[in-house]
Amino acid sequence: MRPLSISRFTATSCIGRGLGETVASLRARRSGLAPCTFETVRLETYVGEVPGVDEEPLPRELARFDCRNNRLAHLGLRQDGFIEAVRESAARWGPRRIGLILGTSTSGMLATELAYRGRDPASGRLPAGFDYAATHNPYALADFAGQLLGVEGPSTVISTACSSSAKAFAAAWRMIEAGWIDAAVVGGVDSLCLTTLYGFHSLQLVSPAPCRPFDAARDGISIAEAAAFALLERLPDEAGSGTLLLTGSGESSDAHHMSSPHPQGRGARQAMEQALAAANLTPADIDYINLHGTGTPSNDAAEGCAVSGVFGPSVRASSTKGATGHTLGAAGALEAVICAIALTHRFLPGSANTRQLEPAIGFDYLRGNREDEGLRRALSNSFGFGGSNCSLVLERSA
Amino acid sequence: MSGIAHPRRAPPLSAYVRGVGLLGPGLADWHSGAPVIAGNAPYHPCPTVLPAPQSLPAAERRRTGATVKLAIGVAQQAVAGAAIDPASLAAVFTSSSGDGLICHEICETLATDDRQISPTRFHNSVHNAAAGYWSIATGATAASSAICGYDASFAAGLIEALTQIAVSGAPALLSAYETPYPEPLRAKRPIPDSFGAALVLALAPGETSLARITAALTDAPCDRMPDAGLEALRAGVPAARCLPLLRLLARREPGRVVIDYLSRQRLAVEVCECR
Repeated sequence: MRPLSISRFTATSCIGRGLGETVASLRARRSGLAPCTFETVRLETYVGEVPGVDEEPLPRELARFDCRNNRLAHLGLRQDGFIEAVRESAARWGPRRIGLILGTSTSGMLATELAYRGRDPASGRLPAGFDYAATHNPYALADFAGQLLGVEGPSTVISTACSSSAKAFAAAWRMIEAGWIDAAVVGGVDSLCLTTLYGFHSLQLVSPAPCRPFDAARDGISIAEAAAFALLERLPDEAGSGTLLLTGSGESSDAHHMSSPHPQGRGARQAMEQALAAANLTPADIDYINLHGTGTPSNDAAEGCAVSGVFGPSVRASSTKGATGHTLGAAGALEAVICAIALTHRFLPGSANTRQLEPAIGFDYLRGNREDEGLRRALSNSFGFGGSNCSLVLERSA
Repeated sequence: MSGIAHPRRAPPLSAYVRGVGLLGPGLADWHSGAPVIAGNAPYHPCPTVLPAPQSLPAAERRRTGATVKLAIGVAQQAVAGAAIDPASLAAVFTSSSGDGLICHEICETLATDDRQISPTRFHNSVHNAAAGYWSIATGATAASSAICGYDASFAAGLIEALTQIAVSGAPALLSAYETPYPEPLRAKRPIPDSFGAALVLALAPGETSLARITAALTDAPCDRMPDAGLEALRAGVPAARCLPLLRLLARREPGRVVIDYLSRQRLAVEVCECR
């Protein structure tokens, strides 16, 4: 595939608002996971809550979009000059030549959960102030972000559970390649809500402790929230040295089970191989893999199997979910941004919380950070419910 | 970046329609519904009847809700009409909401002190449930997506399918569907009844091709259905925004329709090479 420039990127999660704090946390191997005190949730678990979301007001003209998810989107978009960069890009290409493709799994679901607590006792009606289209609906995220950013091109939300925002990068690339747009804002936003906290708990996939990806005693995920975005742009014929690029994507379906991965990671392997082929690379070219690495026994076993099958024993890889938690529909974008950070700052982030490495791991799983001036190419994995898989390849041009 | 040569207008995206699926109020399938949509038979609305997804293993079939039945039902029709192996197809599923009943049940439970939601209900609540069950039912391991554009969901799905086909060269399935919410959500998002439509799209014509479609963005307002009942359906259900396109396909008539997309832009679809 023809590479795209990743002209700007930003991330806000429990390890930091914007790139500065995120880089500092990754360097310090600091985890943002803490015992769950979210809302009225009474579960013995750790979550990655972003501080200050409730204090993040929306612009007055966009007040109808007010909900936790759009507040988090707003907080995320305000970091690192992202809004200004998008507006400049819109001026350069024309606002209709920039698309907006975002991923979310639950959008403003929390608003509906709260509205159900406030039903009229006699009629059962939801509160008058509850705005379904602007909060609950998955598209509310793109509607809000599009109006905030002044982007007027094609606009879509992808909601394929935990692969959502990785797939946004792939869909944006296709739209640019087909000539429909010249640039795209891509990203993902998911925020804490009761549906995911109690839902993953019902599937017995939530750890009572901070998650420990690829640990021998790993026992589940830590649910978290994040907003992460990137501005993708059509490249000039010759990319300048040091340009950050999206060079590959691969997507597949497990065709196996709704809530557990194919045991040998068949779909994961297919997505990684496709991404490599799209980037015109061999497995040996990849310097770092940011794993999906949720910390459930079955995900890490299946993904480990697929990674060692494709890349062999010497590839360096880690999951950063011990630091950020599992940000669900935002994970693909958040971890693509972490790969962009790794390529820009030339270090490989180690895995937080992993103590006793899973003995079956057949590759170089990083527990500590590693510096590498020669770091050029990174691959990021995102896999979701329904067997939805997506891998992305990011590169720093020589 | 000012010196880069790039197209200022989106080049049209084109594909052959190799198969169609349809299910809605008074529209049992594409075969019997096409004359109604074409205007050659009267439209008698009656509640949508959803089929059981026969291609799913029995255990999975028991777990599926109305939305999955609808999305898979129209997809199966389109694939059968296209005489194509579904295992080979990439798939795009598009709808404004996921399963409304499951969402309601989860919210009701979470509003109580108990809060113990069913694990099956939870994994069926994801927006990509239909895409997941479809790949399990057909063994399709290619890319599948689940997208949402609120009232623009059909056009957003068609654009995603057409760009996939243009870039990969491989055929793709598009399944657009919507089921109603129960009260109290129904009052906030009134969807009158279930409606689904599916297309199998490919770059090359095949023996089953109905027509070639070419899509481009436009500022023109969207077309309506001449029949009042079908127009109410088009305006009332996001997935049914495709009806003006299906009308041309059903009439086997070349022409151009504008279908609903974003408030700022619509999607013009030209239909030609009808058979």
